[in-house]
Amino acid sequence: MMNIHIKNGRLIDPRNKIDARLDVFIADKRIAAIGQAPQGFVAAQVIDASGLIVIPGLVDAAARLREPGYEYRATLESEMEAAVAGGVTSLSCPPDTDPPLDEPGLVEMLKHRARSLNQARVFPVGALTYGLKGLELTEMIELSEAGCKAFGHADAPLTDTRVLLRAMQYAATFGYRVWLRPQDSFLAKDGVAHDGEVATRLGLPAIPAVAETIALSTMLKLAQETGVTLHVCRISSAAGVELVRAAKREKLPVTCDVSMNHVHLTEMDIGFFDSNCHLAPPLRSLRDRAALRAGLLDGTIDAICSDHSPVDEDAKQLPFAEAEAGATGVELLLPLVLKWAEQDKVPLLDALARVTSNPAQLLGVKTGHLSPGAHADVCIFDPQSAWKIEAAALKSQGKNTPFNGYEMQGRVRHTIVEGHIAFSL
Amino acid sequence: MNNPQLNKNGELQHLLSTEGLPAPILRAILDRAAEFMGVAEGREIKKVPLLHGKSVFNIFFENSTRTRTTFEIAAKRLSADVVNLNIGSSSTSKGESLLDTVDNLCAMHADMFVVRHSSSGAAHLIARHVAPQIHVINAGDGRHAHPTQGLLDMFTIRHYKKEFHNLRVAIVGDILHSRVARSQIHALTTLGVPEVRVIAPKTLLPSHVEKLGVQVFNDMARGLKDVDVVMMLRLQNERMQGALLPSSQEFFKYYGLTQEKLALAKSDAIVMHPGPMNRGVEIDSSVADGAQSVILPQVTFGIAVRMAVMSMLAGA
Repeated sequence: MMNIHIKNGRLIDPRNKIDARLDVFIADKRIAAIGQAPQGFVAAQVIDASGLIVIPGLVDAAARLREPGYEYRATLESEMEAAVAGGVTSLSCPPDTDPPLDEPGLVEMLKHRARSLNQARVFPVGALTYGLKGLELTEMIELSEAGCKAFGHADAPLTDTRVLLRAMQYAATFGYRVWLRPQDSFLAKDGVAHDGEVATRLGLPAIPAVAETIALSTMLKLAQETGVTLHVCRISSAAGVELVRAAKREKLPVTCDVSMNHVHLTEMDIGFFDSNCHLAPPLRSLRDRAALRAGLLDGTIDAICSDHSPVDEDAKQLPFAEAEAGATGVELLLPLVLKWAEQDKVPLLDALARVTSNPAQLLGVKTGHLSPGAHADVCIFDPQSAWKIEAAALKSQGKNTPFNGYEMQGRVRHTIVEGHIAFSL
Repeated sequence: MNNPQLNKNGELQHLLSTEGLPAPILRAILDRAAEFMGVAEGREIKKVPLLHGKSVFNIFFENSTRTRTTFEIAAKRLSADVVNLNIGSSSTSKGESLLDTVDNLCAMHADMFVVRHSSSGAAHLIARHVAPQIHVINAGDGRHAHPTQGLLDMFTIRHYKKEFHNLRVAIVGDILHSRVARSQIHALTTLGVPEVRVIAPKTLLPSHVEKLGVQVFNDMARGLKDVDVVMMLRLQNERMQGALLPSSQEFFKYYGLTQEKLALAKSDAIVMHPGPMNRGVEIDSSVADGAQSVILPQVTFGIAVRMAVMSMLAGA
């Protein structure tokens, strides 16, 4: 592999608390040195990062790649290209493929396919129960050996609390993390929008915030009971944030993420039935969004993910309730985090931790920082570059974004994965 | 965000909801409807040539007899060519998407679509999709809106009460699932009714309904006190499932409109119902057929109101 010298850039490495003008030296797929070139270093390529910011490659805690099973929506090729175009070098994908990621063979194949593309690293979340049916436990040891970093249930219901308890007990036995999105499936049944003013006005079947807090209370109690390391996915409500905050205060081993959609949007964005705003969990009220942002500031929420869910156009060109839920967005994660940081006056070092070191830590992977010896996964972006999101220009096969037409500031110039340049603009 | 119902000159482009339409447009529709009342009454030939040569497609993805029929009559009295499609039983069961169906009908040179669909927002989706010379009328989408029903109810109220600004109106029953209630509420508040009440048990009220500008009552007797207009809603039988109500008998006992309960309203209060009625569930026969009932005139007015909407959309 060739040696790369990234010079004159502003290096921001949240895990090492560095925000300074420092050069980065890459050799043999790894970070060789920061600041001064190691002895005898000869650069095969020099990237002049003057005016640019150099950060660890982003770690996206939730990006659906749609393989296997939903190749008409997206393929690994299209979505990995989108990921590196967005500076994302590691991503965790939920197990809701078809078939679900409940067999080691499927996980190995996915990992192998991803490796052969040589772009972003893929860390699958294994299915917690067989077929995501909520009945029988999967072979977690085998799945872990195949490459699963955590076990979860995606958006599939897990209503039987005894199964949930046992899944947590079993995962805790071997120190596996459990990732769950809290939603009571009875209260959420048929719902497509937050139970608030907008759903009432538009006549949309609603999902109350209590659907989140009831499920969340249950999983927090069971996590306490079993000692499992719990990660709460895609929190959406003010009351939910408060429950996680209280659990953390009690020193429960719990972490939490929020999707960038919920950091920026609310139920009001549904407007006149914009199906791109049909998301799971639903976009909630302004008050909920303010609470999510407060949760990010005080550390209750550890990470911001894209919740990338490419959907084919046919599945979105339907009346709101019938349209498939989800938004594409892995390539919008960085600019939307930058936008949030600017709006809420969050220092870049803290803001970028939410998409680098923090998600890496809750995934239990070694990426997300630029210490000497670390994998050379780097994102170099221009913080001044202003651009407008155009859905049609997205690399992802899914063009379904609620942010179409938004003015962004900050654009990825280079993405380096394991010492090779995977993307350049 | 542009108002999807108005063109850039502020004229009616589609009729999708009574929400977001300015009061002058609502009044103009009611005025035009009043002119059309003469077409059916006391005329040898019940037709005017305003939509002559235009094709109106009634596309109903959800079953309806009354609404479809009144739209058909309205279009025919305007001399339009009318095609009725009950898609519930044809294309979508063959897997054709909603917009593919619409595209096919556009290729047949449709000028106007009258759409009913079980999903909220279906009419908006179609309106966004079609070419600008095509007009869409929402004939009911999910729980969202049924604007011609809302407008014909306004016509009825104006016919009997003359003004809106001095009225107290109660809407009773399944507000949660009712597109009619939503269209009534927006039209009433836009036209300046100072007090709109909704009366229902908590299971049949959507959350934050007060933000639509209504007063919420759970108690029928208190809600009906001194009102000028009582608008009953149809209670679907399937509401007995899903733990919304224990039984239709219990609902009738507490929320069914009987003569005794009606006596709490003003003595000259009118009683309305969008039909079809469930006698003995939401309304007692003696009230439905009583002196204060204006339920059948509502149907007659509905044709004039739909003629008014169609002619205004066609710019005729």
